[in-house]
Amino acid sequence: MGAAASTGGKASAGWIGLAPAALSAALFVWFASLAPSIADGETLRVAWSWAPSLGVSLSFLVDGLSLTFALLISGIGALVFLYSNTYLAGHPQFGRFALFLTAFMLAMLGLVLADNLIALFVFWELTTVTSYLLIGFGHETAKGRRSALQALFVTGAGALALLAGFILLGFTAGSFELSEILAQGDALKDHALYLPILILILAGAFTKSAQFPFHFWLPNAMAAPTPVSAFLHSATMVKAGVYLMARLHPGFSGTDAWLWTLTVAGAFTAVFASLMALRQTDLKQALAYTTLMALGTLTLLLGQDSGYAMTAFATFLIVHSLYKASLFLMVGCIDHATGTREAGLLGGLARAMPVTCFAAALAALSMAGFPPFLGFIGKELKYAGALAVGSEPILVAGAMLAANALMFAVAGVVAFKPFWRPAGGPLPHAPHEAPWPMLAGPVLLAVLGAVFGLYPDLLQRTLVDPTVASLLGTTEDAKTLQLWAGVNLPLILSVATVALGLALYLAHGPIRAALARAVEAAPGFDAGWDRFLDGLKAFAAWQTRLIQTGVLRTYIFATFATVLVGLAGTMAAKGVWPAAPDLSLANWRTVALVALIVAGALLTAVTTSRIAAMASLGVVGIGVAMIFITFGAPDVAITQLLVETLVVVLAAVALLRLPVLDKPGERDRRPRDAVLALGVGAVVTAILLLVLETPLDRRLTDFFETASWPEAYGRNIVNVILVDFRALDTFGEVAVVMIAGLAAYALLRTTAERRETTAEKGEGK
Amino acid sequence: MEALLALAIGVLVAAAVYLMLARNLLRFIFGLVLISNAANLTIFTAGRLVEGAPPLVPVGLDAPAGTVANALPQALVLTAIVIGFGLFAFALTLMFRAYTTLGTLNGDEMRVAEPREPGEGSAMR
Repeated sequence: MGAAASTGGKASAGWIGLAPAALSAALFVWFASLAPSIADGETLRVAWSWAPSLGVSLSFLVDGLSLTFALLISGIGALVFLYSNTYLAGHPQFGRFALFLTAFMLAMLGLVLADNLIALFVFWELTTVTSYLLIGFGHETAKGRRSALQALFVTGAGALALLAGFILLGFTAGSFELSEILAQGDALKDHALYLPILILILAGAFTKSAQFPFHFWLPNAMAAPTPVSAFLHSATMVKAGVYLMARLHPGFSGTDAWLWTLTVAGAFTAVFASLMALRQTDLKQALAYTTLMALGTLTLLLGQDSGYAMTAFATFLIVHSLYKASLFLMVGCIDHATGTREAGLLGGLARAMPVTCFAAALAALSMAGFPPFLGFIGKELKYAGALAVGSEPILVAGAMLAANALMFAVAGVVAFKPFWRPAGGPLPHAPHEAPWPMLAGPVLLAVLGAVFGLYPDLLQRTLVDPTVASLLGTTEDAKTLQLWAGVNLPLILSVATVALGLALYLAHGPIRAALARAVEAAPGFDAGWDRFLDGLKAFAAWQTRLIQTGVLRTYIFATFATVLVGLAGTMAAKGVWPAAPDLSLANWRTVALVALIVAGALLTAVTTSRIAAMASLGVVGIGVAMIFITFGAPDVAITQLLVETLVVVLAAVALLRLPVLDKPGERDRRPRDAVLALGVGAVVTAILLLVLETPLDRRLTDFFETASWPEAYGRNIVNVILVDFRALDTFGEVAVVMIAGLAAYALLRTTAERRETTAEKGEGK
Repeated sequence: MEALLALAIGVLVAAAVYLMLARNLLRFIFGLVLISNAANLTIFTAGRLVEGAPPLVPVGLDAPAGTVANALPQALVLTAIVIGFGLFAFALTLMFRAYTTLGTLNGDEMRVAEPREPGEGSAMR
């Protein structure tokens, strides 16, 4: 990305880059104008009918929670658009990028504002698809394509589970409108389907928000251009899962399943991701893992339902979006200026990039949780929330302490070391300060972190309290955001965090090496993903080989076996079996004819001689003709005899040029085929006997018999049917024979030509 | 009488299926001829059998006198016989052509459209 950015001669991509920024800014202003009335406890709802028969409407709801998200999305979106207008200036596909990012932002806004489950799902999938396109923006590299596909598969699979969960939820609650579902209170938690719904929805939320064990796609998604990472992986896409859990919190929380799933998954993800973050040497990768940590923390907080936890959730959501977007954009500035993101190489940038350094310092201090930044307040509230957990507060607070201390160390690696410590090696480019459109975002966001820290009231009434109200139904339990809450347990934990974090930062070199060794030794999820895909492909190939063998006999065998199982199975299921056939009426002539036919058929089946096979086929044909003549069908018999003669003549001509049936020493013995053949024969006989047990419907026959002479002036009824009543059928029959003849002629003619050409080639050799 | 023919049809079908499952395509074609005969007989028998009374309208009458053989299945079978012959002729030519091109009548070895995968043994041995 750095190369693409630095080759651009132009300073900006023009209106195509500025228009989305203006759009986002306008949306931000509009959402901000809604804030006062939302803060007063109002909600805004608009709905259009979409598919009323399915209970699907395009309805949107603005309350505290969705407004907070909408402001983050549109606000950070505007800054990111401004930033990328310069960062990607001169990129040949900038127009495409701007389109994807705009589409993504609008989808994300739709997601957080939708009040209908199905509409929410549609926006959810739109973010999946657009983020796939954005992550795969560098599609000329194999890594970019793989990362994009991985993100698409993981989140797409989760989304399918989510859809199933939504449909179950909609039918259980009797409505697809979120506001109506959540208004039902505790009814949902007592429903028998609560657990299946919860599992399906959490599968969607956890994959989207990259909770362990679905975390592996997020660091890979850093293949996207840096502004995309800043936008998707700080404020928006990955928080969609968190948003969903928060949205459903009023209806779903409070059960043991909710509490333990979210607490354990969140706590584990937070600590695991913080460790992984310290291990990274690429600044962007390190930030990616800290995002995982933040998502884990938010999930953990959502598992609870105390006022502290909810206030901490609302605050940390905003804190994290501000400092993380700022840091991602800052890393982009460094990459842009120096051409590298390697923590080991970077150093001493404070002099060359003072503004970037300033923004990085503010954002990192907020991330590390120093007063007077908003991050400090967020951290205090997180500890208070953790300590308010009903069961196992020590465990939850311990996990949070570990994660926060690691965050502190990562903040040092990302934002202190590159600026103030000596460089680890020669940089690809001489560093220079980034242009102002790229600095506006990081500086503004970082400064906001400080301003909100100093004046928490700004945030308290406008966003935090309304968000808590969305989660708990009331603002009464919302805790006050304050820098100084006196010497209490959270403050002591904060001091411990700083001490531990400092120690971790100072020792991060050896720790990183140890972690790298541990990760090398442990089975990696990313490699596991590759194995999973390979296994899937191998399975597909295996089952294709099994079903589609390329051997005609297998297909014919499967066809006849299906016929046998289908017919015999139906008869067995219905309990219908033919009565024993009554053979007493058979006369000797018919018995003799049948014996002839049976003998001919059996001989054809078992003979190894072509001449014997032809002769016995002829015997069968003539036997059948004799049957026709015996039972009043002389026309049919004549046709049969004629055709039988032609068959023998044609086959004999062909046989002159064809090899013998079996190679010397080979016998055609196929017991398995014989069993199937006998089965099919038996089932055909059984069905014919069943048909014969039912009375004959003679209506058509009676019509032909009475109408043949008066209407068609023919005394041979069969002939009249063929040439008069069903003349069109006969015409079709003639056409079929003609086409078969033409096709046969074409085949034979090309055979002759081919033989001539091969003969010529042979002579040439 | 019909029951006897039903048994004969079963044998014809069994022989035909056995032949159609053979490796040698010539046997497949023999099976094709047999199964055509079996189908024709099935239609004929299902319309019930009447011995020695072809479906004709005697001169001077408007309809057949007394019970005559069922004309409808006869008309159907007549069509089926001719179409069956067309199918046989085409299949025979196709097989002949396949033999001149590929040099084998063994259906298992005709793998132009679906070539063998690497490492795949010959199935169904």
